[in-house]
Parts: sequence; structure tokens; C-alpha cells
Amino acid sequence: MLPDARIPAGPMAEKWDNHKFDMKLVNPANKRRFKIIVVGSGLAGSSAAATFGELGYQVEVFTFHDSPRRAHSIAAQGGINAAKNYRNDGDSVHRLFYDTVKGGDYRAREANVHRLAQVSVNIIDQMAAQGVPFAREYGGLLDNRSFGGAQVSRTFYARGQTGQQLLLGAYQQMMRQVHLGKVKLHTKKEMLDVVVKDGEACGIVTRDLVSGQVEAHSGHAVVLATGGYGNVFYLSTNAMACNVTAAWRAHRKGAYFANPCYTQIHPTCIPASDEFQSKLTLMSESLRNDGRIWVPRNPDETRSADQIPEADRYYFLEEKYPAFGNLVPRDVASRNAKTVVDQGLGVGPLKNGVYLDFVDAINRDSAEVIEEKYGNLLQMYERITGEDPYKTPMRIYPATHYTMGGLWVDYNLMTTIPGLYAAGEANFSDHGANRLGASALMQGLADGYFVLPYTIGDYLAPRLQKKLVDPSDEVFTQAVAGVQDQTARFIGIGGTRSPDHFHRELGKLVWDYIGMARNATGLEKAISEIKALKDEFWADLRVLGTADSLNSSLEKAGRIADFFELAELMARDALDRRESCGGHFREESQTEDGEALRDDENFAHVSAWEWNGSDQPQTKHAEQLVFDEVHLTQRSYK
Amino acid sequence: MSNTLNLTLNIWRQDGPNGPGRFETYKAPGIPEDASFLEMLDLVNEELIAQGKVPVEFPHDCREGICGSCGVMINGQAHGPERGTATCQLHMRKFSDGDTIDVEPWRAAAFPVIRDLVVDRSPLDAIIEAGGYISAPTGTAQDANETPIPKEVADSAMDAAACIGCGACVAACPNSAAQLFTAAKVWHLNSLPQGQPERYRRAQNMVETMELFFGSCTNHGECSEACPKEISQDFIAYLNRDHMKAKFFNRKLASQR
Ligand SMILES: Cc1cc2nc3c(=O)[nH]c(=O)nc-3n(C[C@H](O)[C@H](O)[C@H](O)COP(=O)(O)OP(=O)(O)OC[C@H]3O[C@@H](n4cnc5c(N)ncnc54)[C@H](O)[C@@H]3O)c2cc1C
Ligand code: FES
Repeated sequence: MLPDARIPAGPMAEKWDNHKFDMKLVNPANKRRFKIIVVGSGLAGSSAAATFGELGYQVEVFTFHDSPRRAHSIAAQGGINAAKNYRNDGDSVHRLFYDTVKGGDYRAREANVHRLAQVSVNIIDQMAAQGVPFAREYGGLLDNRSFGGAQVSRTFYARGQTGQQLLLGAYQQMMRQVHLGKVKLHTKKEMLDVVVKDGEACGIVTRDLVSGQVEAHSGHAVVLATGGYGNVFYLSTNAMACNVTAAWRAHRKGAYFANPCYTQIHPTCIPASDEFQSKLTLMSESLRNDGRIWVPRNPDETRSADQIPEADRYYFLEEKYPAFGNLVPRDVASRNAKTVVDQGLGVGPLKNGVYLDFVDAINRDSAEVIEEKYGNLLQMYERITGEDPYKTPMRIYPATHYTMGGLWVDYNLMTTIPGLYAAGEANFSDHGANRLGASALMQGLADGYFVLPYTIGDYLAPRLQKKLVDPSDEVFTQAVAGVQDQTARFIGIGGTRSPDHFHRELGKLVWDYIGMARNATGLEKAISEIKALKDEFWADLRVLGTADSLNSSLEKAGRIADFFELAELMARDALDRRESCGGHFREESQTEDGEALRDDENFAHVSAWEWNGSDQPQTKHAEQLVFDEVHLTQRSYK
Repeated sequence: MSNTLNLTLNIWRQDGPNGPGRFETYKAPGIPEDASFLEMLDLVNEELIAQGKVPVEFPHDCREGICGSCGVMINGQAHGPERGTATCQLHMRKFSDGDTIDVEPWRAAAFPVIRDLVVDRSPLDAIIEAGGYISAPTGTAQDANETPIPKEVADSAMDAAACIGCGACVAACPNSAAQLFTAAKVWHLNSLPQGQPERYRRAQNMVETMELFFGSCTNHGECSEACPKEISQDFIAYLNRDHMKAKFFNRKLASQR
């Protein structure tokens, strides 16, 4: 059964404050008696670890990166939202809350989203105090911009490197705690299992990526801040090492996995150019503020972009959605790009993109102004494609970017395993079926700085007498042996195909059947084809080298094995959800003009899946969503 | 489809930190011009795996020039021939058909080789740990707009903060010095109002830790040349200034206690 989500009673705006007061506290002198394990050093992990350390807990942080600063959060470009209303343009906590619930197509938990909007303002203060060099006006005050899906300017940014600067801020704050001896840092260690004793999380098992040593680590509570699973698509905007393993191994140990089919396809990425391509590069959607998206009206168009007169251009977003134009939410923008490309209107050598054109903006504001705003993005585009975006319109196409699904958590961010928490992109979070731009950074930092430090105390307070489980305990030795066995098994298969081969093939299946548009036939096909490929993987994988040294093929093999199981669950979840909502578009469920059609009567719930062992499908548990504040309507951006 | 190149690669192979290293030569035929340098290495590795040979370990992650994971010496140049470009952003169209390319790990005593092209850069974290932060615990911050910061100051802090911590500056430096890395962080924090209270402690502690691991700077300027973010060498002058002043201020503070 799904545990209670522990949403506090009372009026929406007072829930969090009341809850903070109601939660139990650990007194300052006792905090040092508790050890908290944090897996992941991205925004969520670093901010949580730093704050736990400041509060006086013993903290151990694990990351498979060689430095905490390399976590994937570093790559976020566009910005971070906060309801500061510095622009006096009508923003408020309530509006950010409302926009996020609506943007998520009414599939998020209201109380969580409201809390997120409330603490958003503290995040900006905290990060500015940390020395994050946010963009400023000449008067010295913070600058803002508007970002996809919002009609107010609430996005704070640091050039095109907002994630980098925020992560460095949180990382540095954590390194201060490392210096003070409060946080112990373990780099190049990959968590490969969660350990549970008497129904409560008591530690983790890691593999040292350099020595291959498999180790047990015990803690009073474990936080997974291990990021999203977008790389199940193989090609995505995620860093190469992003994976689902930490969350998935927790799932196998009893943590429910929620809404796996909610994945976000970002509209503005550089289209793939060939088979060898290893990843797709995001072009921040802030570009949509000034760039205009179009395709030629004629599928047989041969003229170069600048030779095509206005009348022959199809500005499909501006025409279909006059109120929001190029700034419609990501899912809407992506699907429309797919539609025109499927109609044969695509541009570029493979006809797999649409134009994002800056000519009007340059004529209006000058090339210098555009360079000031987007210089580093345009330069990155030029490096990758060899084309100059100041002269030729950029070519863009949607790519997998973010995963709204993740470990199910209650209001306290605790999973269904007591003592195991999930934060940041790793949890199923606050974004419902679609995340608004600039809201992931906000959520990661909200979880780490302002939610977990309060809620974890509520769990720990009554456990003051609880001893750490000894690493020699059976629960640990079994988990260690399990990891060692799996490692040996990968090397022992001795097949003919590399891990990347299987990953690429899996990614194609996921993109084709569980991508931007899904239908029952395709999803059923996906389930059987994924299974077949998985069998092939376990029979024909080739991992060379040894288990006792740095071996990235071996690391990949473990991650791909988990992706196979996840992909199957994604398909099953997508099949089960016979409605369209946000990033989940079921072709069977659309309005007359092709927009996503929700079925609130039957699907206004979170689907949380329970692991039943490798040989049986997961069981679904539904958490009914209740909307007290936001009225459910058909989203319309026209 | 793009044009292709036929290349010869001399790649440094080393089994572990203590093992002897050696160059191995591989043919890399049919490499598409549109591939990135790392995608070229992916193709080489796929071929090695197909032949039953252990693939080459190389550092990488974001492949967008921002995480600072990647970095190898390409024909003796840190991150290769293109200015202001990390290895992952370097594309094969910068090379010509028939080229021979030498690929080596960062060479610096402070960065021991872990395997093949991967080195241990943890001393850079140690420098940050020594003082590369502003002590502002969660919950203590005032409203962000209480302290206006002139745009020029914020922009210049950002220029320094753009450092990705890849270590190319160290690898390019004949003395294996880490001045540019340290200076970038010191300037980022010391130039901002928030950074003032710890300004001199920070400079002194970071420099002292840096000197434990790295060589000393003799103003060659190779660091900025190799830097994928083109961080200016001028920051080193500021670092030296703050470090000098730090010795003076910190002594004075100590005598007042
Ligand atoms: C290109 C790009 C641009 C983006 N731009 C924006 C933006 O402008 N605004 C916005 O709000 N959001 C943006 N996002 C989304 C946002 O960056 C991420 O959702 C967010 O940073 C995730 O943070 P996190 O802390 O949850 O996880 P991550 O930053 O992904 O960190 C995960 C951490 O977990 C560790 N880890 C994972 N598994 C294990 C394991 N098994 N063992 C040990 N360690 C492990 C990793 O080493 C890493 O330290 C962007 C995303 C991408 C891909
Ligand atoms: S791989 Fe991240 S900077 Fe090159």
C-alpha cells in the first residue's frame, strides 16, 4: 500500500509553516550523533550536505564524479525562477505556484508546489550571499528575464551559465564544511545498492571506480540526490554519465517509482547529424525570447533561409498560439516541431530540424545586444555545427532533457523506505507531467537548502538511541556480495557487443515508442522489443578489462542493465495512463486541434510502482491528487 | 553526410598510477568531420572492443565544455589547437585527412595518472576547500537586492567565475603552477562585496594550499592560452596583490588579538 503523503492540514499558504512547527526537532548537541549519507553532489546534494553540516550532523557525501563540481547541474544554462516580483509585473508566490501546477498539466501535488514557490525567494538570497555572480542591471540590482511558459519575468541568471554558478556556490558552501570536518567527501565512488534493515534504510554499498573495491557505509538516514534518467533515450542533453542506477537500486529495495513515463522533450536542441553522435546539445530556451521559430511552407523548398520571403515562411507557433507565440511551454513547442517535421517541412541536410531565427532581433536590437545576451550559446552552436547563427538561422529540434518521474516521496521527501529520502531531479517532484523552464534548479536547491534540513530531523529525533548498523552485519555483507557478483557477471559474459551498442539500440526503441507521441500498439511493441534486447544484452555483452581498476565499460554495463528495466516500466506506465498530459502524449487522447487531452476523472493521480522481483511486473499504486486551490482546466496557450 | 578523415593516433596507455606508460598507435579511418574529438575516441574504442582490446579510458562527461571533466594533450597542446575550446567542443573539421595526432594525459606532478588519459585532479578541490567560499550558512542571507553590485563588478566576477576547473592551465604551464585556477576563484570572490570579510584570509589560505601541490608561477602565460574559458592572466596579478596584502593584514590582525 502507498503510505500517506503526509500533506499538512490547513490553508495552502500556511501548510509549510505549520508543518515546520509541528515537526520534531533534534537538539543541537544531539545532531552530531547522527550520520547522514548524501549520494550526489549536484545542486540538491551539495546544498543538502552543506546545510546538514552547518546544522551539526555528521555527513558523508558520495559522487562518482572526480569532483563534486562536475555534477550535471553544472550544465544548466538558462536560469532559475523565484517569485521575487522585482520587476513589479504581477508575480507572487501564488502566481508561481499557479503557473507550476498549470504548467505541469495538473499532475503535481499542490502542497509541494506551494512550498516550492514559497522558498524560491530564499534561494536567490542564499545564492547571492554565496557570491553567485547573477546578471545585474546598471543600477546594481539583479536582472531578470522571462522564460518559456511564463508571462512574468522571474528568471534569474548568470550569463548562459546559471547552473554552473549555482553549483559552484553550493559546492563551495559544502567544501567549507569539508574543511571544518563536518562533511566527509567520497569522490569516484558509485553507489550500487541501498541497504535496509528492519524496514529502515541503514546505509549504502559503493564501488570505488579506481580500485574496484566494493564497500559498505552505514548511516542513520540516506539521501539520494542522484539526478534524472533522461539518458535512457541514449541521445539526450544530459551529461554522458547521468543514469538511473541509484534510484533504480532503491526501487528494487522497495522504494516506489512514480510516473516514470513523464519525460520532458526540450524543444531547442541541435539536431543529430549522424550515427556516431554521442549526445545532443541543448540551446537554452531563453533563445526563444528573441529567436523566431519557422519552417518553409513548401516541403520542396530549396532556397537558403535568407532567400525565403516572409510569405513563404510558416511561423507555426506564432500562428497557432498568438498569446504565447514562441514562448509556449516546452511540451507544446516540441510537439509542434515534431508535427511540422513529420509533415516533411523540416530543414537541414537530414530535414530533421526547424529554424530558430535571430534576424529580426538583430535588426531590432543590434548584433551586439544579441551577443551580450546569448554570445556563449551562439558560439557553442557554431563550434558544433560549423555554421554562423548571426548569418544563418539556427537549426533546432526537440531532444530528451529532463525527467519529471522519479522516486515517489511524501511531503517530507521521504521515499516508501523509511529513512531513505530523494531530492532534486531524482524524486518525482513538483513538476507534474511537465516542468517549466528554470524550475529544476529552483527545486533542487529548495529540496536541499530549505526542505530536507527540516524534515530529516523529524525522522531522526525519535531515533536518538538507534545505533549505526555495523558494516559486518548480514544485510551489508549480502549487499556487497550482490554487487560483486553482478560485476563479475558482466565481465564473464564474454559476448561480442559493447555496452554502447546496447545503449544506442535501447535508446532508439525508447525514442520511437516512448518519445514525443505514444500509442497503445507502439507501447506494447516497445515492451516486447525491450525485453528481447535485454535478453540479448545479458547474453552477448562484451566488457573487457578488469573489475579492480578504472573500467568505464563496466560502469556503463551496470547503468544500462538498469535502464533496460526502467524502460520497460516507462512503457508500462505510459500504456496504463490512457490520457495525454504534459510531456506524456497519447495519440488516442487528443483534442480536435491536436492538443493533449487529459482525463481528470480517471487519471488525476500519481502512479507509484512497486517492485515485485525481476520475474514479475511491478504493481501500481495510485495517489489521488486533490486540487483545492487551482481549478482544473484544459491548458490553453492560444 | 559529412566528409571523413583517415587518421593515425598515438595514444598514451597506462594501466594504473604505478604502471609504466607507453604510446600505442592506432589507425582511425573514416572519421566524420562533424564528430567531436571525443566522439572520434568513442569510434576508436568501439573498434578496439570489436577487436577484443581494452578500450582507452579518457575523462569526459557533459561534452558541452562546462563540467571540466575532459582534457587531454593533443599534439602537445592542452585541449588541442582551437583557442578557448575544451577537448569535448573541439571538432574533427579542425584536422586534415592523413594527420597523425598524439594524445596524452595532463602532465603534472600534482595530477598523477589514474589510467590511460585520466588523471587525478583532486588538489584543485583542496585549494577550494582551503578558502574558496564565502561563509554564509543557509538561512542567514538578507534580501538579494539589499546589496547593489555595480554591473561592471558583477561582470568581472563572472569572467573569473567562468573557470571550469579542468586543469588545462596546470597542464600547459612549464612549472605546473595552478595560479590561474586559484586566481580566478580568488578574484571571483574577492571582487564582490560579499567576499570582503574573508578577503585576505582567503587569499592566504588558498595560496598556501596551492603551494603544497603545485609549482610556482613565472609568468609564462601558457595558462591563459590553453584555458577553454580564456580566463585572463590579469587575475594572477590581482591574486599576487591580495596575497601580498594578506600577509600584512593577517599579521596585523594576529598582533591585535
Ligand atoms: C543541458 C541542460 C540545461 C539545463 N538548464 C536548466 C535551466 O536553465 N534551468 C533549470 O532550472 N534547469 C535546467 N536543467 C535541469 C537541471 O539542470 C537539472 O534538473 C538539475 O540540475 C538536477 O540537479 P540534481 O542535483 O538533482 O542532480 P545532478 O546535478 O544531476 O547531480 C547528480 C549527482 O549524483 C551523483 N550520482 C548519480 N548517481 C550516482 C551513484 N549511483 N553513485 C554516486 N553518485 C551518483 C552524480 O555524481 C552527481 O553528483 C538543465 C538540464 C540540462 C541537461
Ligand atoms: S566533457 Fe565537460 S567540459 Fe568537456
